[in-house]
Amino acid sequence: MLGLNKNDLTLLLVVAVLTLFAPFILNPFPADSAMAQFNAGYPDLMQRFIIFGIFAIGFNILFGLTGYLSFGHAAFLGVGSYAAVWMFKLLSYNVVPAIGLAIIMAGLFSVLIGYVSLRRSGIYFSILTLAFAQMSFALAYSVLSNPKFNLTNGETGLQVYKNDPQIFHGEGMQDFPHFFGIYMNSTHTMNVGAWSFDFNAGYYLCAIIMIAVFYLSIRIFRSPFGMMLRAIKSNQTRMSYTGLNPRPHTLAAFVISGMYAGLAGGLMAAMDPLAGAERMQWTASGEVVLMTILGGTGTLIGPVLGAGFIKYFENIFSKINDNILHQWFAFLPDGIEDFVVFIIHPFIGKGWHLTLGIMFMLVVIFLPGGLVEGGQRIGKWIKSRGKSDDKTATTEPAE
Amino acid sequence: MGILEVKDVGKRFGGLQALGDVNLSVKENSVHAIIGPNGAGKSTLLNCLVGKLIPDTGSVMFDGQSVLGRSPHEINQMGISRVFQTPEIFGDLSVMENMMIPCFASRDGAFRMHAVKNMMTEKDIVEKAEAMLVDMNMADKRHMHADSMSRGDKRRLEIGMCLAQEPRLLLLDEPTAGMARADTNNTIDLLKQISDERDITIAIIEHDMHVVFSLAQRITVLAQGTPLVEDDPENIKGHPKVREAYLGEAA
Repeated sequence: MLGLNKNDLTLLLVVAVLTLFAPFILNPFPADSAMAQFNAGYPDLMQRFIIFGIFAIGFNILFGLTGYLSFGHAAFLGVGSYAAVWMFKLLSYNVVPAIGLAIIMAGLFSVLIGYVSLRRSGIYFSILTLAFAQMSFALAYSVLSNPKFNLTNGETGLQVYKNDPQIFHGEGMQDFPHFFGIYMNSTHTMNVGAWSFDFNAGYYLCAIIMIAVFYLSIRIFRSPFGMMLRAIKSNQTRMSYTGLNPRPHTLAAFVISGMYAGLAGGLMAAMDPLAGAERMQWTASGEVVLMTILGGTGTLIGPVLGAGFIKYFENIFSKINDNILHQWFAFLPDGIEDFVVFIIHPFIGKGWHLTLGIMFMLVVIFLPGGLVEGGQRIGKWIKSRGKSDDKTATTEPAE
Repeated sequence: MGILEVKDVGKRFGGLQALGDVNLSVKENSVHAIIGPNGAGKSTLLNCLVGKLIPDTGSVMFDGQSVLGRSPHEINQMGISRVFQTPEIFGDLSVMENMMIPCFASRDGAFRMHAVKNMMTEKDIVEKAEAMLVDMNMADKRHMHADSMSRGDKRRLEIGMCLAQEPRLLLLDEPTAGMARADTNNTIDLLKQISDERDITIAIIEHDMHVVFSLAQRITVLAQGTPLVEDDPENIKGHPKVREAYLGEAA
């Protein structure tokens, strides 16, 4: 079905079900219980899961398949955001033209950057993309925000003002992005007993788009084009001596992943109509690299997992503070309680980067295939345990 | 007029004259060997033929067209395939995928985007790759990871990948270097079979005289960047200039 084999179809369905039911899955704790701070099912965070998931899926098409490590993908995210906000300013708050222009602009931008950067490979390619991204950041932050020609509005960030043209903005419309009248910030809250679940229009727009682009990425991975990209990663010499030109292949992959980043940037602006230059900074580019590696480079689902994992840590771990720790360890004797809190203190709150860093190191060292490899190992372990329980295990000869 | 005509080709690296006035003519559908001691310029010459190096002087014509200034993939698309000294295959891909890629290259050219096409609906490619694997006696290995095979099998796969493109000229750079005797003999048999059964010209660079004299119909001896002799194998064996080049003047 859908031109996918059984495994890929199952994966797509699982992802679809998980994203559509995320408001339930991410809110497992009752709203006023002590564990409620671990709930991730509020609209803002769920939107971020999905948007960064899209960003990482696109990045993985370039990095996972061709092995070209771009350190400048945040530039395309930023371009997408600026393009979307300009559409809000000029046309109306409808998200469709905004997201459309975001993808197109990011695509054009990536043709330009890719054409130059892809003349080199390996570390030189990474440095070139990093340089371009930092140039874009500098342009957005200062150069393109002078009174004569204000494209980006500098450090304030680009936003919609009352005196903007907005030629299609109807009377009586709210000043917030909408999808043909459905406002992105409209949320329906469902209370079931002590639990509360939020269903947000913006989240569902992002979710449906993500399922679509995830499907597209499966098709690309399984297509002849995807095979060519893996061939480039494996052996570029053989590639050119087989009569294939690696350059247009890598450029196409670069542009596709740039357009994914632009889509993510456009959605970001659609959820919150503001675009700032910091979105283009190199830390943002580094983050998507971390997400992809943490989840599993070159796997289909890995980048989405990695994105969710990092965003969860960023938002949930950073909110734990010493008071909460004292509550948790209140059962310990006073001296020991203070000591335990003292030990854990650097890893929480603003120190969540430290926890993330340790997790990242552990994953890279022990699970080079990322979280996906971890999942596969657990799966195998459960299977093999089931077998030995049945006493039907057969030893297979090693190859 | 041969299918490959090399005229007065010279190549200089700084102070070293790697090739000087090399003339070579490879006849269509023959097996032509290029031999010579270390540093004779054999590999430099080969690199000039496939677009990796551009000679300083002279011309290289393939089937009446110049190959100079073209990039490796363009030269390949003209009908020249190259087998490397150490097998160059797509190690991370399966054997079947390795075989499918050249099939795509010969059907679709240097670049064509099939971004959302399903691999298994490309029946002609799959069938061609399968048939080639059968020809190469590798059908049972199709799902193997290419890197996990033995060196002999990798060489066999690489030759198969080159043949899948139906090239008119197959260039081999020391195809048996570093191989055990048994693997070497297998490779000789395979190459013999290829040249008998197919409409193909083979040019081979080789150190191993056993391989050269079992295969070649014509031999060029290269020494210090210039061709010494070009003749039939029987005449090469006892040629005084060849002995001199290989064994030094005292011989």
